[in-house]
Amino acid sequence: MPALDLDPFDPEVLRDPLPAHAALRDAGPLVRLPRYDTYAIARYADVRAALSDWQSFESSAGVGLTNFRTETPWRPPSLLLEADPPAHDAPRTVLARILGPRALRRLREDWAADAVALVDDLLGGRSEVEVDAVPTLAAAFPLRVFPDAVGLRADGREHLLPYGDHAFNAFGPTDNPLVLAGNEHMAEHAGWVGQQCLRENLAPAGFGADIWAAADRGDLTHAQAPLVVRSLLTAGVDTTVHGIGAVLHALAATPGAWDLLRARPELVRVAFDEAVRWESPVQAFFRTTVRDVPVADAVVPAGAKVLVFFAAANRDPRHWADPDAFDLTRDPSGHVGFGMGIHQCVGQHVARLEAESLLTALLARVTRLELTGEPVRHLNNTLRAWDSLPLRLTV
Amino acid sequence: MTPTAAAPRQATLRVTARETVADGVVALTLADPAGARLPDWTPGSHVDLVLPTGLTRQYSLCGDRWDASTYRVAVLREPIGRGGSAWVHDELAVGDLVGVGGPRNQFRLVPAPRYLFIAGGIGITPLLPMIDAVRRLGADWRLVYGGRTRDSMAFLDELAVHGDRVTVLPQDEHGHLPLAELFAGVDADTRVYCCGPAPLLDAVAGLDLPPRVLRTERFAAQEQGAPARDTPFTVVLDRTGVEVVVTPDVSVLEAVRSVGVDVLSSCREGTCGTCETTVLAGEPDHRDSVLDEAERAAGDCLFVCVSRSRGDRLVLDL
Repeated sequence: MPALDLDPFDPEVLRDPLPAHAALRDAGPLVRLPRYDTYAIARYADVRAALSDWQSFESSAGVGLTNFRTETPWRPPSLLLEADPPAHDAPRTVLARILGPRALRRLREDWAADAVALVDDLLGGRSEVEVDAVPTLAAAFPLRVFPDAVGLRADGREHLLPYGDHAFNAFGPTDNPLVLAGNEHMAEHAGWVGQQCLRENLAPAGFGADIWAAADRGDLTHAQAPLVVRSLLTAGVDTTVHGIGAVLHALAATPGAWDLLRARPELVRVAFDEAVRWESPVQAFFRTTVRDVPVADAVVPAGAKVLVFFAAANRDPRHWADPDAFDLTRDPSGHVGFGMGIHQCVGQHVARLEAESLLTALLARVTRLELTGEPVRHLNNTLRAWDSLPLRLTV
Repeated sequence: MTPTAAAPRQATLRVTARETVADGVVALTLADPAGARLPDWTPGSHVDLVLPTGLTRQYSLCGDRWDASTYRVAVLREPIGRGGSAWVHDELAVGDLVGVGGPRNQFRLVPAPRYLFIAGGIGITPLLPMIDAVRRLGADWRLVYGGRTRDSMAFLDELAVHGDRVTVLPQDEHGHLPLAELFAGVDADTRVYCCGPAPLLDAVAGLDLPPRVLRTERFAAQEQGAPARDTPFTVVLDRTGVEVVVTPDVSVLEAVRSVGVDVLSSCREGTCGTCETTVLAGEPDHRDSVLDEAERAAGDCLFVCVSRSRGDRLVLDL
């Protein structure tokens, strides 16, 4: 089995992971990473197969580098992401229903109006504006609509992004500079997030209240409810912000893309999924083998941590034609940017609706979208993100 | 990309094993002909067997979820059935291909510290994977399993490993299940999962239990009271704006089909859930056996094969 002396959490790799992903794919279907005594899967077919096979590749030992069987996690494990059947079943069912397309229908009009208001405020009466699209659009819109949809109180929402950022950093090595830097304020952020998961701190209507109502119906236990709310707050903010950042960057950086989308606004949903394929806000998660598991001709030994690279799979030329192109005429269906199988992102419909609302509002007014400077990466052990995305919006 | 009620998957699977597991009960093992992984399922799920006779029948999955390459179902020969079970018993052989829809779950296991499982006859099937699940979760559980005779009761050997958690009470030895006695110790933290013939479910439903304790599944349609209205109502198909009047003698499904909109359906008696349709406005008159009370109260979906409208207008996402 090939081995690569590669550190997936090295700042240079995080800044530009594409060469590392290509090296992993080219090395073989299963690659050993001796630096962390783990394995890696990066080709599309093998990533998809591993993600689907929850029976062999478990999540309850943690989807980060930390092995919960031998080490203590920094917080109580997620009842969704870090759980296997049968414990995973009920929380997943409850959340899938609350965040499902049918349930979101009632939010559609409000979010469309919110997006129009945000874009109108940003543009004012001007014919063009130059903005950093990360704070003004990619972060602003989810922070405007999602905490309200959950039913969070108005004060303290500034904890959400740093909490999520740290949670995703913490899937990497615990002594990594990004994790160490985040540890400093974590008690504060996690404390606030934990408080918001309690029934008395949630609005009487919203995703949070819906989760508690599921506990009242007996579909969850009351002990599980706050942890399921926590999953929303951990996984539902940063990921969407970075997904929207990715699609805005892609549309600004790809010649002709904005014009095509203006001509065919029905492609907004394709645009977002293509961006999730192309940029994969969640780059990779670990799984842990419960037995010796074959991957192509090689075998992962039992009890091993395996880094499953969503991002590398999404640009595997063995599966995608011209994978490095952001292409609105492509059908991105089957990308693994939201994962695959029983752990596939349960909030993906929420993310899609947020992106669709914002893009639709932008398309209605903005005729040109251009980069005005070099975008700056935000480094995170799991997420691919922008710190800064300087854009000119022409009305 | 517009979300709709999940269309049931349909696959063609091969019968890879067939075994008589009790008098009148045959267990089938189904697998993808190419050996592919089958769709995931959860305890309480059923699949549709799409029979060449045109009938579709629901059977609970009663195998091992950790085996992703096979499904197992058990089929009781129903002497007064409509021919589905007889066809399975008399015609379906190892090596044959059969259409399989689903899996779907309308009998979900919810988390609880204690469970009481009550099976009547073939009703044991959905409870087998539930028992496996609660055992893995470390919850406390008991099973009381009734049937006509010991020989008619499937899977007794599989259940024997659980020792005195399982009580087997064949009717010819013990009479009817002593329900009042069984439920004496049931508190609000216990979840009772009961599956079996309609008289058993009706008897259980008639007991005075704490709210939300009881979960049942019936594969036969529930007895319904009279419809909420016996006058026509209008169904509006939101995506096209087409309106159609539903008269008392036709179902919403038939009315919708009559204006050229096709909705997948299967059982036509409100038990399988295939024809689930989103309600955008109006007040449904639920006539199905699928939704629980909370889901009925939500009023956001309708099984168009049997359910109707309480008001003059019902707007559907079609």
